[in-house]
Amino acid sequence: MSEQSLLEVQGLKMYFDVSPPLVTRLLNRMPRQVLKAVDGLSFSIERGKTFSLVGESGCGKSTVARAVAGLYKATDGNIIIDGQDLANANGKSKITDISRRMQMIFQSPYASLDPRWRVRDIIAEPIRAFDLANDKRDERRQVEQLLVQVGLSESDGEKYPHEFSGGQRQRISIARALSSKPEFLICDEPTSALDVSVQAQILNLMTELQDELGLTYLFISHDLAVIDHISDWIGVMYLGRVCEITPKAELFSNPRHPYTKLLLETIPDLRGGSHRKPLEGEVPNPITPPSGCTFHPRCPFANERCTREQPVLKEYGPAKVACHAVDEERI
Amino acid sequence: MAVLDISNLCIEFPTRRGVLSAVEDLTLSIEAGEILGIVGESGAGKSLTGNAIVGLLEPPGHVTEGVILLNGRDITHLPESEMRKIRGAQIGVIFQDPLTSLDPLYTIGQQLTQTILTHKKMSNAQAKAWAIELLNEVGIPAPERRFDAFPHEFSGGMRQRVVIALALCCDPCLIIADEPTTALDVSVQAQIIALLKRLSREKGVATMLVTHDMGVIAEAADRVAVIYSGRLAEIGDVRSVIDAPKHPYTKGLMDSIPQIGQNLKILPNIVGAMPRLDARPDGCAFNPRCSKAKFICHQQAAPLIEAGSVGQRAACWVYEGGEKYV
Repeated sequence: MSEQSLLEVQGLKMYFDVSPPLVTRLLNRMPRQVLKAVDGLSFSIERGKTFSLVGESGCGKSTVARAVAGLYKATDGNIIIDGQDLANANGKSKITDISRRMQMIFQSPYASLDPRWRVRDIIAEPIRAFDLANDKRDERRQVEQLLVQVGLSESDGEKYPHEFSGGQRQRISIARALSSKPEFLICDEPTSALDVSVQAQILNLMTELQDELGLTYLFISHDLAVIDHISDWIGVMYLGRVCEITPKAELFSNPRHPYTKLLLETIPDLRGGSHRKPLEGEVPNPITPPSGCTFHPRCPFANERCTREQPVLKEYGPAKVACHAVDEERI
Repeated sequence: MAVLDISNLCIEFPTRRGVLSAVEDLTLSIEAGEILGIVGESGAGKSLTGNAIVGLLEPPGHVTEGVILLNGRDITHLPESEMRKIRGAQIGVIFQDPLTSLDPLYTIGQQLTQTILTHKKMSNAQAKAWAIELLNEVGIPAPERRFDAFPHEFSGGMRQRVVIALALCCDPCLIIADEPTTALDVSVQAQIIALLKRLSREKGVATMLVTHDMGVIAEAADRVAVIYSGRLAEIGDVRSVIDAPKHPYTKGLMDSIPQIGQNLKILPNIVGAMPRLDARPDGCAFNPRCSKAKFICHQQAAPLIEAGSVGQRAACWVYEGGEKYV
C-alpha cells in the first residue's frame, strides 16, 4: 500500500442471497440464487483526492459505497482505511475511530434527514455519538460554525428540515457529515435529486470544503459531466466489476474500454445537438450475468475469447483496463 | 392551425393561508410534428401545465383563467365524461415512472387491447393485431411473444416503450411526455428519445416534452419553453435558447450545467433558490437572484419581449424598447 493512499479496497466482493424461500426451493428443485452485486473490486484513493465510480443503475456502485461505509459486511475482500482493515477491526474503540473519520452523504436530502428533529440536533448527532464536545455550549458553537461553513445561517439550527429547499437540505446533510471532523466522505449521488442550478452550488461547496479541510471523496454518480467536474480519478463499473480505472483527463480524451467509449457517446450533448448514438441493449440481469466478460453481448469488439474468459485489470499507461480486445490490441 | 394552443393559462391552489398561483399567464402552442420542450426546476409548474391539459389537476388546484384549445376545440373546462373520450384517444400521456403507470396485475397485451377497445370500434382480433403492431413500432423485440408478458417481466427501458405504445394506441394528435427518461439510464435514455423523435416526425404527432434535463431538450426538442416560478421566462427555437439564452435565468441555468472537458474549478451558479409560491416577490419572480434587476423589475413582471433570433422571446424588462444586452 502506497504512502499517500487513504483508502485501499482490495478484491471487494459483496454477494446477496436472493434465493426463493426454502420450501419453494425444495419443492421446485431450484438452486440457491446469489446476486453478485460487487465481484472482486480493487481501487485506492489518494489522500485529498476525489475518486468517482460511474455506471448505469444496478452496476453496484452504491453497494460499494455502503460496503466502504461499513453499512454492509463485505462477503470477501479488504477495505483498508489509513492502514487499518475495516473488516477485521476489533474492539469498539478502533471501530469508533474509523467511523468517526469517515462519513456519508446520501442521495435524497428528503429521506436522509429526520423530519422530527431540529436541524441543530441533526447536525449535533455525530458530535454526541463520538463525544466530541466539552459541554453543551461547545456543541452549540460547533453546530453554528458548521452551519455557516456550508452556507446557511446560525439561526437555521432552530428550524426543522421541512422549512428548507432541496439544496439547503443537502447543505444540512453535508454539515452533519462534517461534524465529526472526518477526513473521508462517501458521497452517493449527492446532487442527482437536485435541480441543475442548485447542483452547481452543492458541487462548488464540496470543492471548497475539500480545499479547506483536505477532504478525500469517494464520489458515486451516473452523470458523466458531474464526474468530469469533480473527480481526479474515475472508475467505470459494469455489472459489479470495474472495467476501467483512469485519471480524469485520460477517461474523456482517451477512453480505452469499449463500454467507456459507448457510455461517453450516449451523453446528451448540449452544444452539439442531436448526434448521439443510442447504445444498443440494456444491462443484463445481474443474477444471471453473461459468461466471460459480462459486457460481451453489447460489445461491438467481442470475440470468442470474450464469451469464455473473464478479463482482468491490466495497466496501460496511467490507466487500468479489463478488456481482451485492448489486451490483444484489437482496438 | 396549431394542435395545441394555450393562452393566458392560470392555475391556482386555494389554501388555508391564501390562494397560491402556481401557473400564471402561460401562453404557448405546439404544431403538428413538433416537439416543444418545457424545462424548469422542480416546483416551477411544468407538470401542472401538462396535467391541466389532460384535465388531471389534483384538486383543489384548478384553472382560473385562460383557454386550452386542442385542434381549435376548447377543452379547458370539459366535464370529466367528455374529457375521458379525449384523454387516451386524442391526447396520449407518458409519465415518468413506467412501473407505476402500468397495472402489475394485467399483461401488457390486456392493457393495450383494453385501451384500444375503449376508444375504437374494433374486434378483439383486430385490436390484438394493432397492439402487436404498436409494440413492434416502439421497438420491442418479438412482440407476439411479449404480448402475454406482465410488466414486471420487462426491464425499465422496455416498460417505458410499452407506456409509449399505450400512449399511441388511438393515433393521438398530441403526446404529453412528463419526464419520460428521468427514471432511465443514460444509454437507455438515448434510445427512448430517438423513439419519441421518430414517432413525432413519422406520425406528425405534436409532443410536449416536460423535463428538467437540458441535455434531453437539446437533443429532442424543436422549440423550448423555460418556466420559472409558474411564469414563462423564455421561449424560442431550441438552438437559439441553448446557444444564446436571453433571459438572465436561462443564462444562469445554462452556465451552471457542468460540461465535459470544461475544466472549471468552480462552476458558475445562480445564488439562492427559486422562491416558494407563497413567498414570490413582487414584480419579476427572478429579481432577488438577478444581477440585472432594475427598479421596474421589483414593480411589475415583464411580458414576453422579442429578443435574439426570430421567434425567441424573453420575459425580461432588459429587452424593452428593442434594447440589447450582451
